[in-house]
Formats: sequence, C-alpha cells, structure tokens
Amino acid sequence: MIDTCGLSCPEPVIMVKKAMESGEDSYTVVTDNRTSFENISRFANHQGFSVSSENKGDTYTIYLERKK
Amino acid sequence: MKDIKLTKLSSCAGCGAKVGAGTLAQLLEGLPVIKDDKLVVGFDKSDDASVYIVNDELALVQTLDFFPPIVDDPHLFGQIAAANALSDVYAMGGEPKLALNIMTVTETMTRETVHEILRGGYEKTYEAGAIISGGHTINDTEPKYGLSVTGFVHPKKILTNSGALPGDVLILTKPLGIGIITTAAKAGLVSESLIDRITIQMTELNKKSHDNMINYQVHSCTDITGFGLIGHCREMAAGSGVTVHITSASLNFHRDALEFASMGMIPAGAYRNRDYAESETEAYSSVSLPLLDIMYDPQTSGGLLIAVSEPDALKLLSDLRHHTDAAIIGYITDYSGKDVKVE
Repeated sequence: MIDTCGLSCPEPVIMVKKAMESGEDSYTVVTDNRTSFENISRFANHQGFSVSSENKGDTYTIYLERKK
Repeated sequence: MKDIKLTKLSSCAGCGAKVGAGTLAQLLEGLPVIKDDKLVVGFDKSDDASVYIVNDELALVQTLDFFPPIVDDPHLFGQIAAANALSDVYAMGGEPKLALNIMTVTETMTRETVHEILRGGYEKTYEAGAIISGGHTINDTEPKYGLSVTGFVHPKKILTNSGALPGDVLILTKPLGIGIITTAAKAGLVSESLIDRITIQMTELNKKSHDNMINYQVHSCTDITGFGLIGHCREMAAGSGVTVHITSASLNFHRDALEFASMGMIPAGAYRNRDYAESETEAYSSVSLPLLDIMYDPQTSGGLLIAVSEPDALKLLSDLRHHTDAAIIGYITDYSGKDVKVE
C-alpha cells in the first residue's frame, strides 16, 4: 500500500509514479485529500491503469489495476 | 541569496493560494455593505478592484493582492507579485499611481532575500509609472509579498467585468497553463527553457495591453488570475447577464500543460475553481479533460480577458500581437441557459 497522507501535490503523484517502476499489475494508494485523489486517478489512467476507489470523509483508498 | 528555495517555504504557490470563489462568497455573506453612490464598483460586484468616483474627471481604483512565492528567485518573485497586483488596476481600465508593500517574512529568510523581493516589486511598480510610498511587513511561517495599489481612471472609461455585450469578441492576452506547469516544476518534470518562458510571462505587466485596448470599443475587461479562465468567464457572464462562449480550438495555452494535466499535475485551486463554476458551465464532449483542466487552472499574473466590439477585434488583436501571444478565444451571446459554454 502506498500511503500519501499528509503530503500535498505533486508529491503523492510522484510517489505513485516511483512505485509503478516496480512493474506490478495492481497498487493500492491511500490519500487524505481530494486533489491528490483526482490527480492520482488522472496519472494512473494516463499510465494505462483502471481506477476504482472508496472514500470515508477525506480519506480515499484508490485501487489501480493495469489494463490488459 | 540562494540559501533557501523560496517555493519550499510555501504550501501553495502564487494565485493558487487564493481562497476559492465559492468559499469567498460564503465568507463575505451577511457582512454589512454600506452603500455610497460614489462607490461604483464595490465588493458586492466580484470585480478586480473597487472604484470610487471623486469628480467628473477622476475616479480612484483601489486593489490589493499578495501571495506566497511561485518561483525560487526572490527578485523574480517580487516582480511577479507586483505585476500581478498592478494588473487589477489595468483590468479596470485605470493607470496605477501609488502602491504600498504588503509582506510577510520568515525567520529563515536572509536580509538579502527580503531585499531582492522588494527590489523586484519596486522595479515593476516604477515600470508601471507608479510610486511605492510605504508598506507593512510582519513575521509569519511562510513568505508572502504583494501590493495595495491605487490607480486613476476617467469615470466614463471604467471597464468592469460586467459590461460584456452580445456580439462582443473575447481576447485573452497571455497563454494559460501557469498553475499546472508550476506544479509539474515542483515534481521536476519541466524543462529550464519552459520555466524561463513562464517566469518571464508572469513578470510582464499588462500595461501595454491596457494601453492598446483603451483605443477601441472595449465593453468589459478582467484579468485571469486565481479563479482560472472559466471562473473569471463565469463572473463576467453573471455580471453582464450574457453567455460567454470559449472556442477551445483557438485557445492560447502552453502546449506542455496538456501532458502535465493528463499526468495529474493539477493544483488544488483548479479543483476549487471547477467546484465553483462547473454547474454553470457546459462543455462539449469533444473538449478533452486535460484541456478543461487548463481552463480551470489558477493563473498567477495572467493576461487580460477583453470583451471588444466585433468590428474592432482584429485591429486590437493585431496591436496586442506586437508584444503578447494574445488570441481570440471566444465570443458573447445573449444568455442561453448557462453562464459559460466551452465549444
């Protein structure tokens, strides 16, 4: 799990970008603000991942799956 | 002087730090508003500056703008903050005359850094033909700088953001994408040459553009800053009782911003602007999400958005093109269901 809580953009996107260098097919990311949620979603789409998420208050759990 | 990176001292940069338009309206709600016939543009109008009529020949334009560093170089930050504050006077059709510094400094900033910020501010203010007559500086946890500016305008030549007429053509004088590119710069994704280009753009006064536009039939003007293009278009539309149409194919923006937007390099202010304006905005499905992001992107020291009568539009554009990357980016019609339509 990639925990980006407490960080502001662009750092959460950079963390996800670095994590994706490992080449896995799925990642779970947690963030505590909507801007990071939106930006991570855009970045993941751009990198060929599908995005699903759940949120409680300001905490978002984002599931990224590489598109086949 | 390069002891600290100025942008590392601030949590959000430039006009992206501005409180969202929707939040601002809530904050101001219920405050007593004193009516004065001489205050022809006040804080009930969501305009760039206040305007107070002194006599038949003279009106005062009053504005204040300040923000945290958007670039690391203190001299350039001072220039940008001053150009941004002075712009509000130009957007009202006025000429800046007097300015006061408003500044916060941190304990870690050297005297030289503070001096360089102020030097940048003085340079731009003098270039505008105005004088800095004083100011106020306090300690804070992050640096901020800007100006309170007083300008003059002839009462018959005041340009508000609420005078746009159906048939007018919309011109934007500086390309969009500043907020997105500076966010991407924080991630180390932006070339030195592009950073240099947008930095120069932010330091440029809207003075010449103002001097050009007052020669033509301009009905409305505002400058594009924290609320982004669509946010400011919404205010122009709502104030004027019209629909503002943005023709996205002719929009002037920094091309690299498209790629950065699709990579999620979007500042929080862009999402606040979307929240504020989206319900009153209709975008064709052919307009891509990254392009819309650019239209919601908060600009620091952005260009003038000018609603000019159609017969004058090409002549004004030709004058502006001598010193800017101005473009015709849309037109005005009678109100047709939404404040802003993006085509």
